[in-house]
Amino acid sequence: MKKESINVEIARTHIRTRRKQTIVAALGVTIGLSMYIFSSSLMSGFSKYSKTEMAKTIAHVKVYKEDQISKPLYNYADSGMVLISNPRTVTESKNINDPYTLLDKIRQQKYVTYAAPQVNVDMFYNNGESQLKGIGSGVIIADADAMFNIQSTMLAGNLQAIATNLDAVIIGKGVAEKMNVGLDDNITISSSQGIVKVMKIAGIFTTGNKSIDESKCYIHISTAQQFLKKGATYITEIYANIIDDDKSIYYANQLQQLTEYKVEGWETTYADTLSGDKIRSIMGAIIPTVILLVAGFGIYNILNMTIIQKMNDIAILKATGFAGKDIIRIFVMEAVIMGIIGTGLGLGIGAGLIKVLQHVWVGGPSGYFPIYYKLSVFVSAAIMGMVITVGAGFFPALKASRVDPVDIFRK
Amino acid sequence: MKKDIILSTKGIGKYFYEPVKFKAIDDISFEAYKGEFLTLVGKSGCGKSTLLYCLSTMDTAYEGQLYIGNELITGKKTDELAAIRNRSIGFVFQFHYLLPEFSCLKNVMIPAQKLGKYSYAEIEERAYQKLEALGLKDQALKPASKLSGGQQQRVSIARALINDPDIIMGDEPTGNLDSKNTAIVFDIFKQIAHEYGQTIIAVTHDTDFAKASDRTIELADGKIISHDLKFE
Repeated sequence: MKKESINVEIARTHIRTRRKQTIVAALGVTIGLSMYIFSSSLMSGFSKYSKTEMAKTIAHVKVYKEDQISKPLYNYADSGMVLISNPRTVTESKNINDPYTLLDKIRQQKYVTYAAPQVNVDMFYNNGESQLKGIGSGVIIADADAMFNIQSTMLAGNLQAIATNLDAVIIGKGVAEKMNVGLDDNITISSSQGIVKVMKIAGIFTTGNKSIDESKCYIHISTAQQFLKKGATYITEIYANIIDDDKSIYYANQLQQLTEYKVEGWETTYADTLSGDKIRSIMGAIIPTVILLVAGFGIYNILNMTIIQKMNDIAILKATGFAGKDIIRIFVMEAVIMGIIGTGLGLGIGAGLIKVLQHVWVGGPSGYFPIYYKLSVFVSAAIMGMVITVGAGFFPALKASRVDPVDIFRK
Repeated sequence: MKKDIILSTKGIGKYFYEPVKFKAIDDISFEAYKGEFLTLVGKSGCGKSTLLYCLSTMDTAYEGQLYIGNELITGKKTDELAAIRNRSIGFVFQFHYLLPEFSCLKNVMIPAQKLGKYSYAEIEERAYQKLEALGLKDQALKPASKLSGGQQQRVSIARALINDPDIIMGDEPTGNLDSKNTAIVFDIFKQIAHEYGQTIIAVTHDTDFAKASDRTIELADGKIISHDLKFE
């Protein structure tokens, strides 16, 4: 037989004759790992949920014209003269020149899934005396729906109405409540350019975000251009979705090479929200890691005790020709067996917890609990579980390998 | 008759440092021959066990040289020494020191599995043969802890023999046994030495046991005072 197998056989026999202690040691790992999987999945589920929520209103990448600061006409720096000037923003127009050529170029990029033009209008909703400030998004509804999945936010009415009807508007739920209007009612909208239109409410949506619901409406892109007294090529923003929403900054830089206009990833725009997210997931990882470390100490303790009780056995093994490295292998193998049992159970229980929570109804716009199976969480949990148990087993094993058989036999 | 030297020492000495520095054995030089039943005797504290553990290769903190066959053992690495013990030395202790979780058969098999010279089936077969030779075949599958002291000692002899070592070392191998079992163990040792040509080196304080061996080395205060003690 192979040399390795007798070491494994001894380790297995030790484990088999000490079932209770093995289970206790393994359970520590199980609890730590299942908590780790559970909270990591929860955190990533929450992040994913809040990202999807954000994606309803924001695109992964936004192209717009950045405000420009006035520059002196002549560069005085070389002549030694000092110019005192008063720089200010001199943006003449928010317009993107030749937007449809740029849009085509963006759409041709392999990593872009959708791209859509948009014209944003500052506006007021009027109903008799009451007036409400708002923002109108002039869109081509088919494109916008593909990107933002607006259909899923619709409470009433028909999204397609604004595809063709220039006098139709889809308003937020909050706007409808504040202005006391409902589906098929008329609402008077005025723009900052002084254009006033009476529009028919073709639909009502809710994003779950109160401030958006109380200000936003969707209108046809041409209507928005009319509100601004602009022509058909007046586009203020181009939105694009990319294949991997976690890499918006990288892809924004890629897109930046296509245009002189500012390209911004959503992770730049919403850095504050995301940093909160990050802190949450770090917290979610720290606690189970601590539990795992405690479990590691449990294994360390139990193996240490085993070794103290098995001094005679270790001495006899050494006397009959087992080298120090064999002894290390035997006891590390025992830790590995405990680790495998603990990790296996931990992965199972973690998966079970996720399955149970997936069926818990939270209500509201979130629906079911936002928790998902994520392979990377399971893989990193398994690696962590094994690394900690092997680490915890190694030191007692090293101690065992240093047992001097003569000391034992002479007692 | 020409005698082959199987183990020899040159000037072996060893200090103990606890509680005070003290020379436990001093300038021990002797030879042990193939097929010889050799006993080490002396009063308690004379250093006979200390010497045996130096000979066993388990204790490496000594001065002088130890040879097994013609090979210098002194100065080898612990892993090499473990391999030498596995291959060439069998041990029988006063307190049998079997592994309690394993069956008798398994206890006998473990050193052979470690050596890895034979297949598992062959090792099992050989272990059965050794146990049978020691009258323990029907106890083979019992856990080691369920046997009587004499039976356990015979299992440990079977374990010492499994790899057909050149030397079998015993530290008071009969120290814990009644006279009947002592006689059994003695007969086995004699048979091993004379029929199979393996060398026995045993520490004992049992005069009858020593008297019946081929040769007795007597120690006193860490020194050899007789290489072939004659009993009156």
